[in-house]
Amino acid sequence: MSLLEVKNLKVHFPVKPGLFRRAHEFVKAVDDVSFSIEPGETLGLVGESGCGKTTLGRAIVRLVEPTAGSVLLGGEDITRMTGTELRARRRKFQIIFQDPYGSLNPRMTVEQIVGEALDIHQLTDSPSARQKRITELLKAVGLDAVYAQRYPHEFSGGQRQRIGIARALAVEPDLIICDEPVSALDVSVQAQIINLLQDLQQQHGIAYLFIAHDLAVVEHISRRVMVMYLGKIVETADAKTLISEPKHPYTQALISAVPEVDPETKRQRIVLPGDVPSPIHPPPGCPFHPRCPIAEARCQVEIPALREISAVHLAACHLAK
Amino acid sequence: MTLLEIKSLKMDFGAGADALRAVDGVSLAIGTGETVCLVGESGCGKSVTALSIARLVPTPPANYVGGEILLNGRDTLKMANGELQKIRGGVVSYVFQEPGASLNPVFRIGSQIKESLKLHQPGKATDAEVIRLLKLVGIPAPESRIRNYPFEMSGGMQQRVMIAMALASEPKLLVADEPTTALDVTIQAQILDLLRDLKQRLGMAILLITHNLGIVGDMADRVAVMYAGQIVELSPAKELLRRPLHPYTKALMASVPKLHGTADRLSAIPGNVPRIGNFPPGCRFAPRCPIAQPECSVAVPDLVEAEPGRWVRCPFWKTP
Repeated sequence: MSLLEVKNLKVHFPVKPGLFRRAHEFVKAVDDVSFSIEPGETLGLVGESGCGKTTLGRAIVRLVEPTAGSVLLGGEDITRMTGTELRARRRKFQIIFQDPYGSLNPRMTVEQIVGEALDIHQLTDSPSARQKRITELLKAVGLDAVYAQRYPHEFSGGQRQRIGIARALAVEPDLIICDEPVSALDVSVQAQIINLLQDLQQQHGIAYLFIAHDLAVVEHISRRVMVMYLGKIVETADAKTLISEPKHPYTQALISAVPEVDPETKRQRIVLPGDVPSPIHPPPGCPFHPRCPIAEARCQVEIPALREISAVHLAACHLAK
Repeated sequence: MTLLEIKSLKMDFGAGADALRAVDGVSLAIGTGETVCLVGESGCGKSVTALSIARLVPTPPANYVGGEILLNGRDTLKMANGELQKIRGGVVSYVFQEPGASLNPVFRIGSQIKESLKLHQPGKATDAEVIRLLKLVGIPAPESRIRNYPFEMSGGMQQRVMIAMALASEPKLLVADEPTTALDVTIQAQILDLLRDLKQRLGMAILLITHNLGIVGDMADRVAVMYAGQIVELSPAKELLRRPLHPYTKALMASVPKLHGTADRLSAIPGNVPRIGNFPPGCRFAPRCPIAQPECSVAVPDLVEAEPGRWVRCPFWKTP
């Protein structure tokens, strides 16, 4: 059984025309998305800003309410749960955020930040056990126990991200949504955090949904990768296949746009014209057709379904072979 | 011909006992029509070095304590305000990271570009010239776009407007400070293509500041790597990327995951980037360096020419 199953998930935000008028228009941030994650697996999610990848991650943990569809965690539908029922399930899924500065309360010490999760779920039965567990968690993320009494502003970006990870680990989750966890960090510190996430996965068997815009990072950490464009998944495959044999023209352009470190390998670069269209008025037919270098007449009318190109390789393109 | 020559520039923030050295003896020359990349992590001094060229860092808090910045042979550190005004935008123009924050939100983009024309080429401050500039940077339908406000444009389009504004006075040197960091990869590719194309057509030099080594491979003729206020390696770009000499450059390149990479584990650099005012004694990279020797923590090594055209601040660069 899959650990997480997302079925036809939709998140539509109303665009308010005025204070007392009803909304007629909607931003379709997530539009009919389905996928699953196996226990202990890392699924990468890439896309450009505004494609809905963060909203998708937040909708899974119910930080934004899904408009339609369902999210099944360990076979249980959590989309309609409320109150204590939902809170009990929250132990099983956690989230870490992009901005390690904005996601920690500046008035709380590290001990309070990490300990809060333990208190809410009543995971320790004595103050000494709580103390011991916090020390253990800090050690697990590579921080010294003496830091427990310090405040977030005393730490560097990388160390703060470690605190965020310790907080997520406190409740022993099965799944962590990682929303751009390394994009705000210095290049030389990114690798430390990526290695830490991989080590923790091996030790505890945690599954990750790893959201990022950096394709190389996603390829490195993920087993499978999904590519998102204008609220829809346009391609899914295992990481190596997706990077070496992308089938969707958007994925192809995305990969070719990554600047190459090695000056010897000159790739054919596909420069996409224009910008990502507004998700309020997505183009008819295939949402990518106005920027697509190989679009045909039917791409302007027919919305392509996500279909199997080969076993485990799906693409939403009429022309993909 | 040398257009810009920075000679052992030293800059502090604050004065007296509280002075914090942000730029410590940076020397860098840029020839006419050359693209030089300045690479480094946050706080290494790359942005303040670049801003110093047109003296855009306010003094105080900044305090220039040594060195000179020769632009066409004249030292900008000694220039009076009037002369600096002519240089800013006239000889050297800037493009910054956040186009949304650099444009004035309450003026139409056409009038903002015209403003920079009025300053440097009053005769050319016309709608026709603004439209020509917008066309040059690849903005579709420029005739209608000049009446847009910045919020009506996407990040990529705003950055094109910034570039158009920088080009208005036909500068000899364009300083681009992380011009694509806030943009998506597909838009980043568009902007880098545009810069490469403009450089060829207009023959201007570019000083490109970035933390992305991929951009270096794409754009640079030469590259300077900065760490903690100092240049640690200076080299032709291709050679540096093929065979970095300084342990920091090596470690930085190894720690970045590459597309089609096969490594199971990244080789992370231990520790953190030292903060300004808290630089370790001796070689500033020594505490994080895999090949550090005891003497590394004693004296700051000199930047020496290891091979023709290749400078490195590490006496042990031959150590594999």
